[in-house]
Amino acid sequence: MAGILIDKVAKQFGNTVALQEISLSVADGEFVALLGPSGCGKTTLLRIIAGLDVQSSGKVVIGERDVSALKPSERGLAMVFQNYAVFPHMTVFENVAFGLRMKGADQARVEAQVRKAAALLHIEEYLARYPAKLSGGQRQRVAVARALAVEPAVLLMDEPLSNLDALLRLEMRAELRSVLREAGTTTIYVTHDQTEAMGLADRIAVMHGGHIVQIDTPTTIYSKPATRFVGGFVGSPPMNFVNTTATAGSARLGGITLASPVDGPIILGFRGEDARLTDTASGLPFKVKVAEPMGSHLLLTGHVGGDLARIVAPSNTRIDAGATLGLALDPTRIVWIDPQTGRTHPGA
Amino acid sequence: MSAPRKWLYITGILMLCAWVLVPIYLIGLGAMGGRMAVFKWPKSLAPTETSFAALAAFLKIEGVWNAALNSLIAASLTMLFSILLGAPAGYALARFSFRGQSAFRLLVLLTRAFPLAILALPLTVIFIKVGLYDTPLGVSLVHTALALPFAALVTSSLFMGIPREYEEAAWVFGCTRWQAFRKVVLPLALPGIAAAAIFAFVISWNEVFAASVLTVRERTLTAYLLAVLSESPLHYRFAGGFILIVPSVLFIFAVRKYLFAMWGVSSK
Repeated sequence: MAGILIDKVAKQFGNTVALQEISLSVADGEFVALLGPSGCGKTTLLRIIAGLDVQSSGKVVIGERDVSALKPSERGLAMVFQNYAVFPHMTVFENVAFGLRMKGADQARVEAQVRKAAALLHIEEYLARYPAKLSGGQRQRVAVARALAVEPAVLLMDEPLSNLDALLRLEMRAELRSVLREAGTTTIYVTHDQTEAMGLADRIAVMHGGHIVQIDTPTTIYSKPATRFVGGFVGSPPMNFVNTTATAGSARLGGITLASPVDGPIILGFRGEDARLTDTASGLPFKVKVAEPMGSHLLLTGHVGGDLARIVAPSNTRIDAGATLGLALDPTRIVWIDPQTGRTHPGA
Repeated sequence: MSAPRKWLYITGILMLCAWVLVPIYLIGLGAMGGRMAVFKWPKSLAPTETSFAALAAFLKIEGVWNAALNSLIAASLTMLFSILLGAPAGYALARFSFRGQSAFRLLVLLTRAFPLAILALPLTVIFIKVGLYDTPLGVSLVHTALALPFAALVTSSLFMGIPREYEEAAWVFGCTRWQAFRKVVLPLALPGIAAAAIFAFVISWNEVFAASVLTVRERTLTAYLLAVLSESPLHYRFAGGFILIVPSVLFIFAVRKYLFAMWGVSSK
């Protein structure tokens, strides 16, 4: 077991900057998700930690050891790849045993560790088979078992669920969480799927344009995004942003008045499920364009002033397209964003 | 596909097949039809009588076995050299991006565009000087030059077909670069490498010009036959031709999947 310290790691590919001086510290046993859109540098960061790519500057410390210049094989970690990378010419048993054999473990230990990992991921019955005979979900289990069998200090996962279909993904997600909890392995998990990150991680590091924009617990990331980008990227539907102007410490939107941290042009951010429907006169006016019944709720898409907004309403409400509704907002569940910098005003 | 196009398509395929198969069939017919059938006109397309007399007699010609042995040595050496040199080149082309990669790819093929006839005389002179003239080794060196481009390109497409992640996974789980290659890449590439090797073998086995120029006594089979058969009865020539064709046709058939892969055509 070991923590990870990433100290000012930067990476350039030719003239393009993939990572700009990223620092991140992961505690022993912690599960951190690197979340961001494609091209944000999250996979590059993971590959640098693994030693598959070399950083342009900065250092990576695992446990107490500076591993910046070490080969992947010397870093004492395990990795689960996006396309599983389960060796097709070896049986499941040999795949899971691969890391142990490379470490020169004796047959008894290999046997014991493989059985243990296989039991954890419910692949005991496939141990004698070749990966070609397995489904995607089963191969994914083999890849995870192979990683856990070596009892790594650090486990790296690169979008391990993205090649699975939606139902299987949900199932594997829940299972991964319980398995990794049990193993207590320090884990860094790369994903572009915010529900995955929210469900699995102790902390989420949201990445954008080679930066870590925000690193915090899933609930804080969700309710108090540090920037407009985070609010728009995390959550489904994404956070709503309404442009307005504050004067004398408050902003008036239709029938509601909200205290704002600064005067002048400002953006109000709120989650679709935090808005309650109220009568048009006393609320924030919201003109419905489309109403989509989602089963568990009713998703309303429309406009607040000139800005697009999505509101989650109870599924039993009857609303027609074209109606104008009033929204009531809880002042503790909103954020104020500076339109210039895109950053959230602290404490608001 | 519309009906006329479909007909055109099928006719084209049939013509291409005939282009290759009819001569082979006629050679087979000549080799086994006996002495008189060769001269008979009009030819009967069905075998009237099959006898292996000509084939058997051919194999008894003096020097045929020695020539066959030389061919075997030259082809085996060609196979060995082209894989030992070509596979690393193919791996480099597949795994590393370097300056002038596509130019290199083209240059590798362009070596085939250089006419051997122009090279023959200087090569002969050099080979005599260094003592390679009239040896299977000397022939195999020239044949390696001919087979190497294919070996490099076929193996490069092979290695490209093996996901990089397999190697990376092996590294992460404790392998050095060489161990990862030996434990993961090589076992997966082996059938394809074998195919490339057999293809190199066939190239050498069939090559006649360089082999004729560079040998006098230690002829390879093709070179020997060219010299001997011009003075033999016609049905012996057919027998000789047939014996030359059969191994290469079998080889090519065995490795067709990988040759298609080389040109980017899938044959699943």
